[in-house]
Amino acid sequence: MKAWDAIIIGGGHNGLVNACYLQRAGLDVLVVEKNGWVGGAATSRELTPGFLYSNCSYVCSLFRPEIMRDLELPRFGLQVISYEGGAVFTRDGDYLANYRDHDAHRREFARFSKRDAEAYDRYARDVTRQCRFIQPLLMRTAPDPTSLKPRDLGELLYLGKKFAGLSAEEMALTLRFWTMSISEFLDEYFETDVIKANFALSGIIGTALGPMSPGTAYVLLHHYMGEVDGSVGAWGYARGGMGAVTKALAASFRASGGTIRTGAEVDHVLVSRGKAKGVVLAGGEEIHGKLVVSNADVKRTFLKLVEEKELPDIFLRRVKNFKIRGSSGKVNIALDSLPEFPALPKDSPVYRGDMHFTDSMERMERAYDDWKAGRWSTDPFLDMVIPTTLDPTMAPPGKHFMSCFVQYAPPKIAGREWTDADRDGFAESVIAQIAEYSPGFRDRIVHMEVRTPREIEAEVGLTEGNIFQGELTFDQLLFNRPVPGYAQYRSPLGGLYMCGSSTHPGGGVMGAPGRNAAAEILRDLAKSTSHMSPAHDVI
Amino acid sequence: MAQATSKKPAARTANAAVAERSAAQSHFRTLRLGTPFQPRIDALAKTQDWYNWAGYRAPHSLWDEELEYFAIRSQAALFDISPMTKYRIEGPDAEALLDRVTLRDVTKLRPGRVHYTAWCDDEGYVLDDGTLFRLSPTRFRLCSQERHLPWLLDSALGFDVTVEEETEAVAGLALQGPTSFAVLRDAGFAGVEKLRIFDLAEFPHDGGTVIISRTGFTGDLGYELFVPADKALSLWDQLMSAGEPRGVRAIGYTALNRARLEAGLIVANADFTTAEHAIRADRPRMPDEIGLGFMIDLEKDHFNGRRAILEARAKRKLRHVLVGLEIEGNIPAEHAIVYHKKSQEIGLVSAAMWSPMAKRNIAIASLARPYGDTVVEDLWVEIYAMRELRYQKLMKRAKVVARPFIKLDRRTANPPADF
Repeated sequence: MKAWDAIIIGGGHNGLVNACYLQRAGLDVLVVEKNGWVGGAATSRELTPGFLYSNCSYVCSLFRPEIMRDLELPRFGLQVISYEGGAVFTRDGDYLANYRDHDAHRREFARFSKRDAEAYDRYARDVTRQCRFIQPLLMRTAPDPTSLKPRDLGELLYLGKKFAGLSAEEMALTLRFWTMSISEFLDEYFETDVIKANFALSGIIGTALGPMSPGTAYVLLHHYMGEVDGSVGAWGYARGGMGAVTKALAASFRASGGTIRTGAEVDHVLVSRGKAKGVVLAGGEEIHGKLVVSNADVKRTFLKLVEEKELPDIFLRRVKNFKIRGSSGKVNIALDSLPEFPALPKDSPVYRGDMHFTDSMERMERAYDDWKAGRWSTDPFLDMVIPTTLDPTMAPPGKHFMSCFVQYAPPKIAGREWTDADRDGFAESVIAQIAEYSPGFRDRIVHMEVRTPREIEAEVGLTEGNIFQGELTFDQLLFNRPVPGYAQYRSPLGGLYMCGSSTHPGGGVMGAPGRNAAAEILRDLAKSTSHMSPAHDVI
Repeated sequence: MAQATSKKPAARTANAAVAERSAAQSHFRTLRLGTPFQPRIDALAKTQDWYNWAGYRAPHSLWDEELEYFAIRSQAALFDISPMTKYRIEGPDAEALLDRVTLRDVTKLRPGRVHYTAWCDDEGYVLDDGTLFRLSPTRFRLCSQERHLPWLLDSALGFDVTVEEETEAVAGLALQGPTSFAVLRDAGFAGVEKLRIFDLAEFPHDGGTVIISRTGFTGDLGYELFVPADKALSLWDQLMSAGEPRGVRAIGYTALNRARLEAGLIVANADFTTAEHAIRADRPRMPDEIGLGFMIDLEKDHFNGRRAILEARAKRKLRHVLVGLEIEGNIPAEHAIVYHKKSQEIGLVSAAMWSPMAKRNIAIASLARPYGDTVVEDLWVEIYAMRELRYQKLMKRAKVVARPFIKLDRRTANPPADF
């Protein structure tokens, strides 16, 4: 029976990145994907004729350009387009926009507060400084602080040197940034509620925390450290939806000789004498491999795909306690025409940006209160984009696809499973909010896909529907991600590796976990990594 | 108490405030604003050579950047300075606040006087330089390149003072050159001859007043005029018609930039990086590192950055120095690297030109101490002169010289001459 050099469980973006790098190193690699398509949470499918849906992830910034280049993704069709700034609609009939032009941005903020308008530069400077500190860490394996191996010591020294290179003020800011709440962080710069709410949304996205919870400032940073072609902090649309990213990865993988099996759900990992030997599919088919790499989150991997008895107690307990709480859902909508927002001038660039309706920190925190009580937010926070304003491939001319990221949605409703009625109620809270600002919105809806944590977990396999495969809080970052002692993509089982967003540097369509895991695997196999670019210089 | 004057009279309803805010939405359609003088400038803009000055459409040149420069040095040149950031600082504690925020001793700045000053953050790094106009015992105008409202408001806590940003409300003009005084006199500003350098006074204009100061950015005889935005065009017309016989011409920034370099003056975020814009931790500069050490007044009360500046001086932590250079030959050394003994890299030229007035090749450079400070021998600049798609690489000797590079008696002569 054939034994593959490597079997990747899950064809999400990190699984595919990992597979591509291994295949290009000369390994014979198989990707097994439970769905009939690849992509995981970065997928685009035609759910109703003529409309392409980015079902889960919907915008692109974090995906590392080094990976796009190494894997020749442009040749396989990947194109990322920057989009405009967006706006927060205010309940008094106005809006606060974010314009790309620096001076327009200042004038817009000055409509609300002249002071805050002029505070933006210092805010941008401080956030940029922190991004520059973090960026080089993304494409490196986090050091094990307890290890005395020269490489770990070297990496620790690198981290230490980078930290020591900061001024005293920056060091203080870094520590605060990694631990404080986004609300408190913004208080240091701004005093206008809607301006704070405008920035705070990046601090809570995908996180089961409110804007006043410690640790949310880092989440904001996590959303600022990406780029579109060198423009740090910018976000863009993948042309053809986020599925274009994984489509290009799959094509690149196949072009280099890799094999993908879709509709192949893994039931469990074959383990023999503490070592992974392959996988067993749901139908009972055994596939043998010299090593197994899991793109699934750490909980799914070790609590569902591996028998408990194979794992050390402490590891198991830490995996069980890993925070991967569901907090969000999606409502994806096909529209027969562009919605109108009376508050927004018809020629506003905001239509080509991201739109929000949560205009105060308190509303945002109250939405989180609902999550704590085990219900979806009655007044949810939406991150709404209409990518078809810039991408003609996703809907027929004149028609539009709208993606609404919705927060908060708990993994369970008051302790019980979600029902279809709950799902419909959740969708109604979203549609009602949009319709409040866009009369006639309901009439434009052609088709709609609603995804609560229940649907996301069932389809994509993300535990609790958590989009980051584990929350991005400081206790779960760097050498503590996913659990102490196992932050270098290896597991307690020989031959079993992790490459998903549960590992450093975390979630978002970044590709860095998949790439870094490939580097570690190739190191273990004593194979060359010369086909892997190091992180671009931050100068 | 300090407060942002955000135009909210108590009587006005919340709805009116929202309406006013919403009415301002349309700014997104005009990314580069015109200044109050724009109709006149547009009419003269033969080159259509614009740049973005703090969100305004400002001219690099209007008809010929070389000839515009000579207008400054031979007749009179009119330059629109409206986009400059302007703050009105007023109240019983205005003097105390500004004395606390800025480097120079504001208690010595008499009403009717202007001084060039700078201000620092708590680490002693320069936030900006600018000019401070004392309009009355309790009223000041601070003009600067960058924006500082949060800094000023936060600093104003505990002071009885209001701080208002008035960039759009106040239009500004620089009238510079040998005939500038005669132009103002002929325009009817009686008594303008009494203004000595750095004096200011109010003059009647178009049913209101214009504030004229004998200041400028050219090292030449010159004045700056500030009027409410709605009186801008009438002021322009008055100066242009009165100045026509004396050759007054409107100019763009390229010409002004040449004149300022001859005068040895520095530009924020061109010759140094302001602290609030510096992404890289080693880029901010202390006053002593950019030639502004002379402003620091240790006799006066505490000011922002004082402790850090004193410590840096005592512990010799000042790492840079800004110098004037005279470079052999006539090829401008813009952004050239400066070397010691042709080999060790010691700094960068931030501005350079062949000076028509001095007939010398001049530059402003930032050097790593001790070079430019105690070691001034054997300095060189490497000039990459692009000539028809080839770099002519030149290694030229540089000499540290005093700024200003030119000194014109007419700038300070009293009474000012007609030309």
